[in-house]
Amino acid sequence: MSEGNKLVRMANQIATFFHSQPANEAPNGVATHINKFWEPRMRRQLFDIVDNHGGEGLDSLVLQAVPLIRRPPPAEVPPALADSAPAAH
Amino acid sequence: MSLVPEIDYGTPASRAEKMVTLTIDGNEITVPEGTSIMRASMEAGIKVPKLCATDMVDAFGSCRLCLVEIEGRNGTPASCTTPVAPGLVVHTQTGRLKDIRKGVMELYISDHPLDCLTCAANGDCELQDMAGAVGLRDVRYGYEGDNHVKARNSGEINAKWMPKDESNPYFTYDPSKCIVCSRCVRACEEVQGTFALTIEGRGFGSRVSPGMHEHFVDSECVSCGACVQACPTATLTEKSVIDIGQPEHSVVTTCAYCGVGCSFKAEMRGEELVRMVPWKDGQANRGHSCVKGRFAYGYSTHKDRILNPMIREKISDPWREVTWDEAYAHVAAEFRRIQYQYGRDSIGGITSSRCTNEETYLVQKLIRAGFGNNNVDTCARVCHSPTGYGLGQTFGTSAGTQNFDSVEHTDVVIVIGANPTDGHPVFASRLKKRLRQGAKLIVIDPRRTELVSSPHIKASYHLPLKPGTNVAVVTALAHVIVTEGLYDERFIRERCDWSEFEDWAAFVAEPRHSPEAIEQFTGVDPETLRGAARLFATGGNGSIYYGLGVTEHSQGSTTVIAIANLAMATGNIGREGVGVNPLRGQNNVQGSCDMGSFPHELPGYRHISDDATREIFEKLWGVKLNNEPGLRIPNMLDAAVEGTFKGLYIQGEDILQSDPDTKHVSAGLAAMECVVVQDLFLNETANYAHVFLPGSTFLEKDGTFTNAERRINRVRRVMTPKNGYADWEVTQNLAQAMGLNWNYRHPSEIMDEIAATTPSFALVSYDYLEKMGSVQWPCNEKSPQGSPIMHINGFVRGKGKFIRTEYVATDEKTGPRFPLLLTTGRVLSQYNVGAQTRRTENVVWHEEDRLEIHPHDAENRGIRDGDWVRLASRAGETTLRALVTDRVATGVVYTTFHHPTTQANVITTDFSDWATNCPEYKVTAVQISPSNGPSDWQIEYDELARRSRRIAGKLEAAE
Repeated sequence: MSEGNKLVRMANQIATFFHSQPANEAPNGVATHINKFWEPRMRRQLFDIVDNHGGEGLDSLVLQAVPLIRRPPPAEVPPALADSAPAAH
Repeated sequence: MSLVPEIDYGTPASRAEKMVTLTIDGNEITVPEGTSIMRASMEAGIKVPKLCATDMVDAFGSCRLCLVEIEGRNGTPASCTTPVAPGLVVHTQTGRLKDIRKGVMELYISDHPLDCLTCAANGDCELQDMAGAVGLRDVRYGYEGDNHVKARNSGEINAKWMPKDESNPYFTYDPSKCIVCSRCVRACEEVQGTFALTIEGRGFGSRVSPGMHEHFVDSECVSCGACVQACPTATLTEKSVIDIGQPEHSVVTTCAYCGVGCSFKAEMRGEELVRMVPWKDGQANRGHSCVKGRFAYGYSTHKDRILNPMIREKISDPWREVTWDEAYAHVAAEFRRIQYQYGRDSIGGITSSRCTNEETYLVQKLIRAGFGNNNVDTCARVCHSPTGYGLGQTFGTSAGTQNFDSVEHTDVVIVIGANPTDGHPVFASRLKKRLRQGAKLIVIDPRRTELVSSPHIKASYHLPLKPGTNVAVVTALAHVIVTEGLYDERFIRERCDWSEFEDWAAFVAEPRHSPEAIEQFTGVDPETLRGAARLFATGGNGSIYYGLGVTEHSQGSTTVIAIANLAMATGNIGREGVGVNPLRGQNNVQGSCDMGSFPHELPGYRHISDDATREIFEKLWGVKLNNEPGLRIPNMLDAAVEGTFKGLYIQGEDILQSDPDTKHVSAGLAAMECVVVQDLFLNETANYAHVFLPGSTFLEKDGTFTNAERRINRVRRVMTPKNGYADWEVTQNLAQAMGLNWNYRHPSEIMDEIAATTPSFALVSYDYLEKMGSVQWPCNEKSPQGSPIMHINGFVRGKGKFIRTEYVATDEKTGPRFPLLLTTGRVLSQYNVGAQTRRTENVVWHEEDRLEIHPHDAENRGIRDGDWVRLASRAGETTLRALVTDRVATGVVYTTFHHPTTQANVITTDFSDWATNCPEYKVTAVQISPSNGPSDWQIEYDELARRSRRIAGKLEAAE
């Protein structure tokens, strides 16, 4: 299973739990959980699936929660690449 | 230094509150009603001679040595069996008593060998002491008549003599030295609860017998050592004492095996460990032990221990021994290079639940302050992380609510997904003691565990559910309690949020949660389930104990929540005898969680995004902390495979063997550029490591472990680290190599930093622990004595929170290709991945992992007991030998994961708990078929392991 699929599965598992919770709390429950426990690169991948792949495979509740999920800053450029960037000119 | 003094009061303490005053030898003494005269005398400082009495077991009154005279009473009653009464006037030494005692001793000695000088008990023999105490000067009867002492009497074979039984690897039974005091038999019954020993024969022919006149090792004996401890002579003696001699000093420390956290006296001669003896004042174990803590410490001096740091460029290279400085410099340079090349977040670390709190704290500090990220996790990820989540959500804090003493006050116990007689043996003995006193038991487990039915223990209800259906079963228990109106409304209104309760109650009351509705997929008889629910709700103090059979599922966190709901609904929180009690796997898994080992929280369970908490540490550490959660272990491995995670520092954990889906773990490790393993042995993970830093054992360092009851126990150094450094020193040196300005001179200074930064540890210090013995956190201004029981006047989070628990079947489903469900567990004699216990004599009880399979399933496949079978899942396959038994239900198979050759985790999948990514070890769909030998994976892995353990300049023993 590719890592993207795995991420979708993890997100959907969280959504599955919150589906059974009171409807008004559910999207916030999913978002809070992901904000609390997902490292930025995992959230970045999630946003990539949402932004660039139409949220393919994601549970509707995850999609509802997306606006509440903290969008991480773009990935830090490793110093090596940042250093080598000028040399590429 | 000297031996830690322990007073034997002869009989157990009375719990009565009413006090009684009497006079013994002219001393007035006041003791609780029910105390024996023997104990009262000892409390007054008067040692009445005794042989069959010891305070670990009830009085027996057989040796006739402890006789006393009481004014106004006839005869010479035994002081051990005679309770105190107000105004009694007792004399412990009179002419009559002296004569009787001398006569009794003379008879004892007339059937006892006189080889005192060469006897292993020389210096620690109560028989010798008593002969001295009563002034025995002569034995008039000689040794010529009937005796148990001599192999031959005047050339004739003596049928009464029996040879030594040396079958147990740790102690011997020498029948010729036995005085038949029955202390061993009673210790086995009353303390351990196994009933392996008995007295066979009668009168002069009476003998101690393991089982039906068997050898110790073949009997039901579980080798807990209680009988050896109870024996007043050299009849039952540790082989180590026979080998070395009597210890000359002892130090109290804490066992490094399971989460019970037993206190032991490490009895020493110089720096040599003579034996480990459970400490009577240990508040977790109350003087009891199991085979692991008592005897299985031989790994600490095993020849496999690696004592020099080693480096290699590629994992296919042989190891090269280097100096510590080279090793530190290499790791520091590699980690900095990786961060330069791949970014700050490309490295991380794993703290050890086997190391001390102080060591764990330092590793997470190194990662947060030195690596500059929060990529720190711990093996609690794969065991009790759902406990953290579930109890945190419902109660507000993520730890067990009780102390172990609480079990003495419980009336109904639910044991779910735990097998304490194997996993947490000392707790199991304490539980069994309470059950023999009449408490009721409900077992929820796919297997018929020992607690379901064993001597003098019978569960009122056993719910043999299908693996993976915990949520459905626990929710159905709640359904019965709610729909039959058995909930504790007063408690709920007072302590919990009533509207949340109403919401939850309506949810569980839905007919689809009824026992009848779930029977089809749980396999649990509805009437049994209803009976269990009624018993738990109405049987008095109800407590729930659970283990990894609850947490290691895709719905692990949901089950923990369901358990918490059940406890709240029945009002079973906040006093003695009740509560929710996770049985923690490793010695310091509670502590490693407390110390901020999780990527999302700082010490004391405070989320990394909380500015005020971060500020405390930022000020003290002088760095800016990242406010984003880091990667969890499975996420690290995913990121490694994906190419963004390249370096890992692992202290004392063997993720390759212990974590699920071995192939995924190995792929992740293989994709990294610098894996640093700090351990005692070249463990399986080290096959993929580039740097090996030798670790030290719990005997070689100072620190603290926190057990499953939140008890902070001291670990005390009794010998010099063989590798030269305690693990905290290694981490500190590594941190210094990475440019951090650390300068701890002793672990106590680390604890001071923990106390200064973590409110629940505010009052904890080594001085305070010295004074208190141990404390249970929270230990602060509000609870200076610590907190044996939590949530007494309300929940930590305020109101207890009821949360709906919808059952969701796992994605891991049986089908035509994989029709059986595999679940995993452990056995008494082995521990976790076995790195320690496999290097002890414990292998005589369990030398290989076996696959338990029901006779029907075995017959269908043409498998007989002992056959090699192929065990295959969607993730992989392995082979091991079958054990045909009806302990498992049809459709379910079971194995342990103690041996690397079996590699049970090649089979387990990477499915995990929805909330915490705790792996779903307990459910894997498998197929079983007959096999001729090892699988391709086993052969390849064996070859890889062999190659990767080569050390340059050292020949392999096998070659």
